[in-house]
Amino acid sequence: MIEATGLTKRYGATCAVDDLSFTVLPGQVTGFLGPNGAGKSTTMRLILGLDAPTAGAVTVGGRPYASYRRPLFQAGALLEAKAFHGGRSARNHLLCLAASNGISPARVDKVLDLVGLRGAARRRAGGFSLGMSQRLGIAAALLGDPPVLLLDEPVNGLDPEGVLWIRTLLKSLAAEGRTILLSSHLMSEMALTADRLIIIGRGRLITQATMEDFLAAGSGSHVRVRSPQAAALAVLLAATGAIVAGHDGDTLTVTGTTAEVIGEAARASGLTLTELSARQATLEERYMELTQDCADYQALAEAGK
Amino acid sequence: MTAMLFTAPAAPASAGVIPLFADVLRSEARKLRTVRSTWWALLAAVGCNIVTAALLGVFLPGRLSAHEAATADSVRISLGGLHLSQVAIGLLGVLAITSEYGTGMIRATLAAVPQRRLMLAAKALVLAAATLATGIAASFAAYAVFQAFLPAGDAMRTTLATPGVLRAVLGAGLYLAALALLGFGLGAVFRSSAGAVAVLLGALFVPTILVMLLPQSWQDTVGPYLPMNAADTVFSLRHEAHTLQPWAGLGVFCLYAAAALAAGFILIGRRDA
Repeated sequence: MIEATGLTKRYGATCAVDDLSFTVLPGQVTGFLGPNGAGKSTTMRLILGLDAPTAGAVTVGGRPYASYRRPLFQAGALLEAKAFHGGRSARNHLLCLAASNGISPARVDKVLDLVGLRGAARRRAGGFSLGMSQRLGIAAALLGDPPVLLLDEPVNGLDPEGVLWIRTLLKSLAAEGRTILLSSHLMSEMALTADRLIIIGRGRLITQATMEDFLAAGSGSHVRVRSPQAAALAVLLAATGAIVAGHDGDTLTVTGTTAEVIGEAARASGLTLTELSARQATLEERYMELTQDCADYQALAEAGK
Repeated sequence: MTAMLFTAPAAPASAGVIPLFADVLRSEARKLRTVRSTWWALLAAVGCNIVTAALLGVFLPGRLSAHEAATADSVRISLGGLHLSQVAIGLLGVLAITSEYGTGMIRATLAAVPQRRLMLAAKALVLAAATLATGIAASFAAYAVFQAFLPAGDAMRTTLATPGVLRAVLGAGLYLAALALLGFGLGAVFRSSAGAVAVLLGALFVPTILVMLLPQSWQDTVGPYLPMNAADTVFSLRHEAHTLQPWAGLGVFCLYAAAALAAGFILIGRRDA
């Protein structure tokens, strides 16, 4: 578990993280979202004790991370993909980190296997592709088999197979009861992987919620209708200009209209509705909706739409 | 919520400071020996010393007058390669820490060992051991090679039993280790290879030149305490009236290294990584 209370970090006049309080729970993948410059990476550095907060505090497993004597057993982190000496082999890089925490070379070989770098273990890491570097970073994070994992943009540079691999890995690690904080700009990927979300903008907390609650709270992008007379309803709705995007038994998926219009049309035609619900937008839509005003680099946010 | 199937593995039972330091030492020793630049620097130091000594041993004797040969500081001459090897060793000291900042590795290192000063101490110790061993080996090798190339009966011939010779040869090795630590301290302060190397080389060479602009009496007062001049005394056989005594000279040089290290130790605890 990670708990931040009133976490604040100022660099000169810039407030990178501003009175941020959140909890990252075990057993779930928590997505950490925010526009560029929102303070995600700074927050991760604060969690790991790499930067000292201007105010507030953050604990990992109930204690400040830096107070642990062998912290790789408490939390593993991937902050930057290329944060290694390019002249060292992947295996030596991991052996260096492992040794400092009394982790055996056998475990190093095991994590190399786990991330699929066995064949490249003795190659100079400087020649690695971004995807391989990410795998090496993930291997380093897993060295101590820690209950907490912090991953900053881990899917960046991975091929589709790698993206699927990390999604499966993170989900299974979370299912084991681990705490996983994952930042990514890939909304579709986040929607598939994360159970909970923490969204920040300009260093401030915008929201923290379960993925379900977060998406449900958004404005609807389509309407789900159930009716014993679904076929008749479909014809009726199509005549009003709505688009019936899906028809499965007694359930219709309708876009291009609102729940109110459908309800009124059904009432006017004497059709029975057993369910009428506006469905949430995608994570990307919800995210854009929320962070529009917070993006430090609006052009980038616009380009991402 | 998912059932808590996972429980964190217990960290190794030995979580005291001393076993921790031993682990960090192992980690830092591996770091130092698993990058090529370390071996290049050490090889360059030994190579420069030996090659220079050999060249001097072969070519110098025929060019010196009998008087020159009799008054020359033969040990200092045999250690002429220090001019080059000190650069290699100083660079190694700087890179031992700045390469971590340059690559971003420092954040992985400090995430693994949040006890920053303990980490820095382990790094310094490993560097000191490597450079001391190499420095002493390089100095003795240079001395032996120079002596071996001298013609029989040359006035510059000495043995390790000759007063001052053992101290000077050993002192040169100690100087190289202290120099590496000076570079390391500067590296920890400046966190950039280019910056730290510039300051290191500047500190070694510039004051010795600048002081010559001062009046003679000032030169005699300040000069002996300049880093290079102070260090010079420990690997020289002959001393002038205004230079420091050999061990005092090395001591002064070590104070410079200690000051840089102290600044590095203070700053690493206070700054964001």
